[in-house]
Amino acid sequence: MTPFLPPETLALTFAALMAVSILAYVVLDGYDLGVGLLLQATPEEAERDRMVASIGPFWDANETWLVLGVGLLLVAFPVAHGMVLTALYMPVALMLCGLILRGVAFEFRAKAGTPLDKRRWDWAFAGGSALAALTQGWMLGRYVLGFEQGLAPMLFATLAAFGVAAAYAFIGACWLIWRTEGALQVRAVAWARDVLWVVAAGIVAVSVATPLASARIFARWFEMPNLLLLAPLPAATFGLILGLRSLLRHMPLPDDKLRHVPFWGAVGLFCLSFAGLTWSFFPYIVPERLTLFQAASAPESLSIILVGAAFVLPVILGYTVLAWCIFGGKARDLRYD
Amino acid sequence: MDPVLLARIQFAANISFHILFPTVTIALGWVLLFFKLRFNATRDERWMEAYRFWVKIFALSFALGVVSGITMSFQFGTNWPGFMERVGNIAGPLLAYEVLTAFFLEATFLGIMLFGFRRVPGWLHTIATVLVAFGTTMSAFWILVLNSWMHTPVGFEMRDGIVHATDWWAIVFSPSMPYRLAHMLIASGLTVAFLLAGMSAWRWLRGDRGPAVAVALRTGVIMAAILAPTQLVVGDLHGLNTLEHQPAKIAAMEGNWQTRGNVPLVLFGIPDERARENRFEIAIPSGASLILKHSPSGVVPGLDQFEGLHPPVKPVFYAFRVMVGTGMAMVALALLGAGYLWRRGTLPTVLLRGFVLMTFSGWLATLAGWYVTEIGRQPWLVTGVLTTAQAAGPVPAASIGTTLAMYLTLYALLLSAYVATLYRLAAKGRISEAVPGNAPIPQTA
Ligand code: HDD
Ligand code: HEM
Ligand code: HEM
Repeated sequence: MTPFLPPETLALTFAALMAVSILAYVVLDGYDLGVGLLLQATPEEAERDRMVASIGPFWDANETWLVLGVGLLLVAFPVAHGMVLTALYMPVALMLCGLILRGVAFEFRAKAGTPLDKRRWDWAFAGGSALAALTQGWMLGRYVLGFEQGLAPMLFATLAAFGVAAAYAFIGACWLIWRTEGALQVRAVAWARDVLWVVAAGIVAVSVATPLASARIFARWFEMPNLLLLAPLPAATFGLILGLRSLLRHMPLPDDKLRHVPFWGAVGLFCLSFAGLTWSFFPYIVPERLTLFQAASAPESLSIILVGAAFVLPVILGYTVLAWCIFGGKARDLRYD
Repeated sequence: MDPVLLARIQFAANISFHILFPTVTIALGWVLLFFKLRFNATRDERWMEAYRFWVKIFALSFALGVVSGITMSFQFGTNWPGFMERVGNIAGPLLAYEVLTAFFLEATFLGIMLFGFRRVPGWLHTIATVLVAFGTTMSAFWILVLNSWMHTPVGFEMRDGIVHATDWWAIVFSPSMPYRLAHMLIASGLTVAFLLAGMSAWRWLRGDRGPAVAVALRTGVIMAAILAPTQLVVGDLHGLNTLEHQPAKIAAMEGNWQTRGNVPLVLFGIPDERARENRFEIAIPSGASLILKHSPSGVVPGLDQFEGLHPPVKPVFYAFRVMVGTGMAMVALALLGAGYLWRRGTLPTVLLRGFVLMTFSGWLATLAGWYVTEIGRQPWLVTGVLTTAQAAGPVPAASIGTTLAMYLTLYALLLSAYVATLYRLAAKGRISEAVPGNAPIPQTA
């Protein structure tokens, strides 16, 4: 196919598509993994069943955004894909094991022969979710510092691992506030409240460490007029955290009012953090080593994908909305019949 | 150990584990649709009961297929960075189309298909079932398009050592694609047919003779009787196509060391790469010439033409015999079974035992088939364009070895849990269905 856009525009478009998929993934699978992280926090088996039921119809589609994100990296920026994935070889493998355990535990726990068997799969569910969340955070930390070796970058990656796990647990708790009721909902409010502080600390730590680690990023944020133009970003983040905190103090409200607000607030936090990271790294796709323009694959190939994506993405959006409508409201038990 | 070898073992382990589950889900989706449509048409409860039992197995297999598939989508980057750098311009769009047109479709409608029975109108549930089955088939289509192009690459040009697409139509419909697609879809159908028949026969033999079990058994046997002979024909055509495009692979499959006429069909032997001959050969004179050239004196290229550039002979040769042997056993058992069903309406115990024995035979043949195909392509990764060694990455052997051990442990655990769960579901089905109203136990011969 003859390219119908200049190569730079194509590369930018694909970088944007990839960013959207990755953001969609961390939000969507973020709440799945968060619910998994919290699974063992309740002693009640019925509540665990309900927690799993609340994500049962969604997790597969949510995880597909990871496949699309990685797929776009693979197809649009093949050189970067090779560099990133070989640098992150071990954590990727561990993350995959986590995702495998979590994904199969859905089915195996529902079909378990004995209560003990079910308990075991519950642990696989929680452990798999934790492993996936921690390794994703670790990879973020490694990526942010351009895969540097040494003690300080490793400490930073550890911090990022717990930060991301906390963020997932938070959005998972907010999801449960929206989708469950009764004692479980009350518990979810408490979880969200407790973990919000860890999330806030994580955001602050990453925001402080990134510009300190790189002079280029420092200049991006602290030179005039950027400093003023960008000020709304941290301000909005700060405001959102405070707002969420005071809302969570009073939840659940009578008539279950505002039940979905914490979730969308959490989505807001994810978007703001993501915007901050994007601003720091653009136009690099492998920090400090490779820009997205250098890494883009042939324009003919990108064009043919873009045509398909333009037709298919709206359809995907359509049936995703359909699924959300069908499984809207409070979670009920999952039954095949 | 050599990192390239380890990376190959790892890739092979992962894809082998993955393919087990797509082979089940691709065809089982359509079978479930069939059960559902039969129920809609007849309002006969046994179809619904069969649906309810098999949808559980479908859900379980799907989950395993998805998670192992996610692993696959990382394997290209972690193990074969050179692959995407060289042929990414072609592999990329094909993989992207798979994600866009297949994965999202099946993943989204799976939720509605599995859990939407009481939440959406019947027609929407049926559509969801159709879309899931269609999605799995589409995903097989795209991945096989890519795989076929790797075997028989066309429609591209090399610029600065990198492949650029020139003709997408030719790339999608590369010479081996129609054969591979047909062969694989039928392979999936056979895997499911024998799974249906085998599990149902197992339940039947244990005294669980409800109408839903009978109907699944019947469906499995009839499906097998239609598909097994078809596979024989399609496999033969596939082989002829391969002879045209990858003659070295055929030479290895046949264990044919010299280019000549009257090539015998080697039923069994031990290929000896050093002496370049087969030991203890049992062969049908001129058989291979007949099959491949449709004439006893037809000249078939032998391995001597490809010295240094042909695949390792032993694994290809043995795997091919495993696949074809299983295929022949399938044809025999399926035709016998269908004959009995037709004449007597029931199966004798010995045939039921045969089906139990063959429950997972589809997996065996499918894996053996893929090993023939993929090892038969060596030393090439993309025939004539890129060798496997060129595609390997800089990851040290220790990392690959560690992750390989990790994956293998996990896969062994999951595979045993999967099979154990299948049989537990089958055993449990008995309790819930062993209620008054079951059909009387028919006479068995
Ligand atoms: C249920 C599974 C199954 C069964 C019963 C058979 N096959 Fe098969 N075979 C496969 C499953 C398979 C496979 C896994 O699907 C392969 C690997 C790649 C492909 O497209 O099909 C394959 C590959 C494959 C190839 C190599 C094609 C290539 O070069 O890429 C040949 C020549 C045959 N088959 C021939 C046969 C014959 C003559 C059979 C007669 C009974 C047969 N197969 C039964
Ligand atoms: C699903 C069934 C499949 C099975 C069981 C399978 C099996 C294998 C095996 C055993 C090898 C190793 C051959 C060797 O190194 O001697 C291999 C190699 C490879 N296959 Fe497949 N394969 C399958 C499908 C595919 C598909 C659909 C693709 C691509 C779209 C693919 C891409 C590759 C690549 C890139 C290699 C190179 C690595 C290597 O040579 O080891 N395979 N496969
Ligand atoms: C190396 C090649 C392969 C890659 C990279 C790959 C990748 C994937 C991925 C990422 C998924 C999960 C999609 C989801 O989230 O729903 C998946 C599932 C699936 N794959 Fe593959 N796959 C490969 C080979 C194959 C082959 C050879 C077939 C069949 C011919 C196949 C058929 C399927 C099907 C039907 C599914 C749907 C899930 C299921 O039914 O189990 N794949 N694959």
